[in-house]
Amino acid sequence: MSGFLKSSIGRKVAMSLSALFLMVFLLQHFFINSLSVFSPELFNEVSHFMGTNPLVQFALQPVLIFGVVFHFIMGFILEIKNNKARQVSYAKNNGGANSSWMSRNMIWTGGAILLFIILHFIDFWIPEINTKYILGDMSGTKEGLEGLRYYEELTHKFENPLRVGVYAIAFVFLGLHLAHGFTSAFQSVGAASLRKKLANVGKAYSIIIPLGFIIIALFHHFNH
Amino acid sequence: MNLTLKIWRQKDARSKGQMVDYKVTEISEHMSFLEMMDVLNEQLINKGEEPVSFDHDCREGICGSCSMFINGEAHGPDRRVTTCQLHMRMFHDGETITIEPWRATAFPVIKDLIVDRSAFDRIQHAGGYISVNTSGNTQDANAIPISKQAADTAMDAATCIGCGACVASCKNSSAMLFVGAKVSQYALLPQGQVEAATRVKNMVAQMDLEGFGNCTNTGACEVECPKGISLDVIARMNRELMKASV
Repeated sequence: MSGFLKSSIGRKVAMSLSALFLMVFLLQHFFINSLSVFSPELFNEVSHFMGTNPLVQFALQPVLIFGVVFHFIMGFILEIKNNKARQVSYAKNNGGANSSWMSRNMIWTGGAILLFIILHFIDFWIPEINTKYILGDMSGTKEGLEGLRYYEELTHKFENPLRVGVYAIAFVFLGLHLAHGFTSAFQSVGAASLRKKLANVGKAYSIIIPLGFIIIALFHHFNH
Repeated sequence: MNLTLKIWRQKDARSKGQMVDYKVTEISEHMSFLEMMDVLNEQLINKGEEPVSFDHDCREGICGSCSMFINGEAHGPDRRVTTCQLHMRMFHDGETITIEPWRATAFPVIKDLIVDRSAFDRIQHAGGYISVNTSGNTQDANAIPISKQAADTAMDAATCIGCGACVASCKNSSAMLFVGAKVSQYALLPQGQVEAATRVKNMVAQMDLEGFGNCTNTGACEVECPKGISLDVIARMNRELMKASV
């Protein structure tokens, strides 16, 4: 088994498994965020549950962080190996004739997503960890605010048009990454038939989820 | 047709090469690309210059020798053809055509447009065969029932001519379409299943050792493959390796 994980195919399989996991996570993140549009109270309740439940916090969250870090590190390792495999470039290379722009630029769209995740962590995750585990406040409330604080914090972040713009651009990159990544993940784990059957699902996923996140950010920007 | 050719010239494996411009005249649109290269070489020889070295053999799309990266695509702009099957009617009068060798660290340039593809041979030697004791007790192959679908799919994979267009087209110089085809053609048949686990392990290990890149499923190899070998063979190889490794 250790030989498998050292092989090029083993690494690709591990890469695609982490991608499939992250796509499931993205779906649940989207559903929770979309609650903020329809019901601030429900959004607060679900956010508080996710933010304080020990199973989510100490089992799922570390797995998620590992998945994100693994996906990025392995992506860069594979890119370095791939670059070494062609050290002299073509004078003329018509890549557009045989493959999509998205498939040829996963490292760049992935890099843009990494920059976004750093911003996202600074915006939400680090303040959340600070409040809960450094200051020890697990109440989910805020001084001077009635009820739970999550909805207020979310809407506050989207007041700044620059941040909304950066988020929107980042989600366009996410969409481009998913446009190839969704079906590619199935191909890498050997499920070629699923790659073909789910091609339209992949297209829909790569448009609906990023667009949904953009709409949520714009909704809060223009409504608060 | 009168054409301008930009061709990679490299004296030998150690020399630094460069693109050199040539003019060729009176090219018929019915000529194959290699015949056009022959015309160019005749012109060069008549002028006392060194002709352009390129691989070719059968000139009917079977041997896989004629490796040329033409106008940014392996075997040029046509589909399901090798360079020898590419016709000049795919180009227009006055066009500038860029001709380069396959570019991959595992396929070093030997001279001009000729690359060393022995990495493919070493991958084949690592497991691309079946071991059959032919001492007189061998069962007749035709006596072993094989489903039509398995036979057809195995045959599709076996049409790989090892030309290397998949490696040349892949942005990562990955050889997975080639290795996937070789693994698949045996994995689908009962004769090949005896050694299936060791075959896929050894061939993938040799592929990695040769310095080919990783597959990122761009699908460029499938589009440029002169035999139309599908990405399905890569998925099958991945499944075979997973099965062999657990």
